[in-house]
Parts: sequence; structure tokens; C-alpha cells
Amino acid sequence: MSLWRMVFTNLHRHRVRTAIGAAGIALGVATMLSVVGLLGGAVKMFERILQSDSEMVVFEKNVSDLFFSNVPVEVAEELEKQPFVKEARPVLFTIITAPERPVVTCFGIEIADPRLGKGEWLGGSAADFIDGKDVVVLGERAADFLNAKAGGTIELGQGTYQVAGVVRLENGFENGGVFMPLGTCQHAFHKEGVSSVITVALAKGHEASEVKDWMAEHHKRLTALENEEFSRSYSQFKIMKTTAWVVGGCAFLLGGLSVTNTMILSVFGRIKELAIARVCGFSRGQVARMIFGESLLVSAIGTALGWALSTAGLYALRAVPQLQGYIEPRIGWMEVAGALSLAVVTALAGALYPAWYAANLKPAEALRFE
Amino acid sequence: MSGNAEMEILVEDVWKSYDGGRIEVLKGVTLQVEKGGVVALCGSSGCGKSTLLNVISGLEDVDRGLVRVAGRDVVDEATRIELLRHRIGYVFQMHHLMPDLTLAENCMVPVIAAGGKRAEGLARLRELAEITGVAHRLDQRVRELSGGERQRGALCRALMNDPEILLCDEPTGALDESNREKVFDLLLDLVRSRGRTLVLATHDPELAGRCDRTLRMRDGRMVESMG
Repeated sequence: MSLWRMVFTNLHRHRVRTAIGAAGIALGVATMLSVVGLLGGAVKMFERILQSDSEMVVFEKNVSDLFFSNVPVEVAEELEKQPFVKEARPVLFTIITAPERPVVTCFGIEIADPRLGKGEWLGGSAADFIDGKDVVVLGERAADFLNAKAGGTIELGQGTYQVAGVVRLENGFENGGVFMPLGTCQHAFHKEGVSSVITVALAKGHEASEVKDWMAEHHKRLTALENEEFSRSYSQFKIMKTTAWVVGGCAFLLGGLSVTNTMILSVFGRIKELAIARVCGFSRGQVARMIFGESLLVSAIGTALGWALSTAGLYALRAVPQLQGYIEPRIGWMEVAGALSLAVVTALAGALYPAWYAANLKPAEALRFE
Repeated sequence: MSGNAEMEILVEDVWKSYDGGRIEVLKGVTLQVEKGGVVALCGSSGCGKSTLLNVISGLEDVDRGLVRVAGRDVVDEATRIELLRHRIGYVFQMHHLMPDLTLAENCMVPVIAAGGKRAEGLARLRELAEITGVAHRLDQRVRELSGGERQRGALCRALMNDPEILLCDEPTGALDESNREKVFDLLLDLVRSRGRTLVLATHDPELAGRCDRTLRMRDGRMVESMG
């Protein structure tokens, strides 16, 4: 028999109360990990769009969103002439409307851009994807919700486009998007000569700093960042990640209140027992440790349950056909460690008042308590 | 105080009241119990017996007066904890065992409190359980035990850390006649054979008569000493 055995026994004999407390934490953890996992997955997907076969991204300085970034396409040509660059590809991001679909992501890419080649062509041919012509290639999901087939036509924005092909792509954003030849896209959106970003693949043996230095010298309005650097600093990603943690944290707070409630009930339900523990020589600290221990155990059970719940929930969502490709469960160790840390803080904060109350019980009075 | 230096328990002019002084429970009580002394506190309900035991064990603060146990003034939390862990065992009228724990687990609570070694605690528990006749019931939950077994279990728990002083508040008050005799015989036997000090609060003049000394309390005062 140890203090931990007493802690376990105390929780075990009030199983329903313990389960309710753990459920509160579990829901908090599940909400947090789900939101963080979903948004983290979305960020990761967007990162992969930018990182396709490249190590760096060039974009306009100080833009709040890449959709507002304007990078002259000639910069890509200039970059490709540099010895430290293997490949530089401009990509134009836009939003286009379709009948009954007000928002469809549109990617303006060079014909030679390898990203379509990585997908599985379900219909049509890459040979029909010709710059300057009104053609599009649709991701499989986009073709599905736009009710379009390879060889047919489709209305997008102000124009009508030939569907050159339908491609199944792994990335949810790309699979639900429309690909236009860069020139066609620039013309459609009145952005002649510009792209949103230029993705840069470095030549073997060269450093990212060489691109940065060159960019600083020749194009002061633009910036070049390594992919990881970009992910860390891009404000939209930061907003999404912060939102996820704040929403998750609020869910946790509610879970914490449930732990407080459980622990208060637990203390008030065994005032005489706590008094007897004091008579047997328990110090105030030992009583407090026992209550904190119970709270920590409830939170640990809740965290484990919440982790399992969120993982199962995210995988279940991923299996929903309409969401395929958009959900990328991504609960890494950082997220789990974050949830665990919050669970510990919640457990300690939730047990603060009950532990203080229990530790300060006057044994003689408590033994008279009815 | 040199004359009282060898006293195991020394209570001198102790006053205790509740409700902001409106209810006076102890009114200048003085008590001396020598090491190995077996003393009965008698008196009607509400006369202050239980409060006096609580004051001796440090479970209750005094308004004024001196309480010294095993040579230490009971003035602070650290002293109280030390006394309750190592010097004082307490047995109540109601067993106050934790019903969902086994008898063995209940008896190990003082060992946990004192930070004692589990193996040593278990060895002592087996020895005490044999003496008190509950060895075969150690793995039972308290709710499965009879009244007599529970009280013997409570006695077992009180003796786990081998205290020098045993404070018993009507320890047989909730038992039938047969169990009352057995438990009290056991209690006296344990205390006398080990040279321990006993202060027993009881209504029962017959039980009090078997102690070395009987002190009678009335209305918060010590009124008579016999033996």
C-alpha cells in the first residue's frame, strides 16, 4: 500500500465520478487534438503545394496572404540562369467561381510543372494542356463536384474551358483544385506577367543563402525563404496554428472545470476519511499530494481517452468520401506533448481548491461532520 | 516543571472553547500521566473527555494552557504530525476505518503517513493481526467485517507505528457485551505487556475500574481522581 495505491483506490471506488471527470478532460483533449490535427494537416498540405520538388519559395515581401503576392515571371527566368539554381517555377494562386461553387482553388502552372505528372491521370492527356489555350486539368474531387469529364467543357469565372484531363492527386487542396496553364490563368485574372510565388530547387552543392543574397541584391521587393522558414513565418499559418491552440485550450478549460467539480465532490464525500488520515499522521502536504495525485490520474486517463478519441475521429473523417484528401490527421509528438502539458496544468489547477480545502480540514471538527 | 519532567502526558490549566468563546468545553484542566500509566477519564457526555483527548493529541488547539506530550510542547503542526506518526495511537468509539479498503490497507495508512518501509509495516501488521485476532480477515474489505473485528482492526491500526501512548475514546462503546470484554481485555493486555501509556475516555465505570487510575470530569473540569 502506497500513497499512489490510495489514490488509485479512491478513484476506483467512485468510478462514475471518476469517469465523468476523465470524460471532461477526454473531450477537451479530443477537441484540442482534433482541431490542432486538422488545421496542422491543412497547413502541411498547403506547405506541400509550395514545396513540390523545391527547397525555397520566393514571394512578395510583407503580403498578408500569398494570393496577394505578385512576383514577375521573369524573376524565375533570371533565377534559372544562376549557377546555384537548378529549377525555378512560377505558380499563380487564385480563386475562381463555378456554377453552384463560388470558391474553387485555381493553380496557374507552367506546362512543364511536374506536379500533374505525379498524379494518376484518370482521363485526358497532358499533351492537351497547352499554354495560351482555354484548357484546364481538374483534380479528381474538383471534377466530381463540378460534374465535369475529360474532353468536356466547363464554365469557370467569365470563360468556358476545355477539360484537358482529370487527375487523382494525393494532396486534398490540389485534388479539389483546377489547374490552368500559367499564361491562360494570368490572362483570365488580369495578372499578365506575374505569379504568386516562385518555387526554387537548388543546384547540387549550393546553399539557400546564395539565393537569398542574390534576391536581396537584385529584387528588394521580393523575399526568398527556405520552406521550413516560410512555414514558421507565414502569417496565415501562424493564425491557423494559434487559433487551433486557443480553441483547444478553451475546450481544455471546460475539461478542467469538470476535474475541479469531480475533486470537490471527492473531497466533500470523504471528509471523515481525510480526518482519519490526519489522525494517522498524514501531514497537510501528504493530504494535498493525495488530492493532486487523484486529479493527475483522472487527467491522465482523460488524456489517453481523448487521444484515442481524436485519432479515431480524424481517421473516421478521413474515410468520408467527400472529405478525402482534405483531412490529413497529423497528431505529432509536439501536439501530444502540448495536450499532456495542458492536462497536467489543468489537473493541478483543478485540484488547487479541493487540495487546499482537504489539507486545511481540522481533523477533530471533521470527525464530528455528519 | 522539573518535577513533571518524567511525565509522558502533561496538561496544565488548559482552557478550550468553541463558537468564539461562547461554549467553554475545558475550564482549566490539569492532568499528569506518567510513562506506562493506564488512566480512565470518566464523566457524562459533553463533559469534555473527547476534547481533552483531542487536545493531548494535538487534533485541537487550546485557548490557553500547556500541553506537553513525550517531552514536547504541542504547539505547532510539525510537533503534532510527529506525535501522531510515532508517539500516539488513537482509537475512536466508531472504528473510522475506510470501508472500501481492506483491513490490511487500512492498517498500512499510518505506515504510509510515517514514510515507513512496506516490508517492515507488513511484518508488524501480521504480528499485530495475530495478537488482535484479525489475521484471517486482513484481506477483507472493512464493510465485510463484524463490529468486533472492525474495532480490533482499528486497534491494530493505532499500534502500527508502535506508539508510546494510546488514546482511546470510548473504544468499546459501539460493541455488544461479549465483544466489549474481549476488545478491552486485548487493549489492556497490549498496553500493559508493552509498558505503553493509555488514556481511556469511557462512560463505563466497570472498565474504568480496571485502569490504574480514574479521573472524573464534570462540565469541563477535573473533579475527582481515584486510584
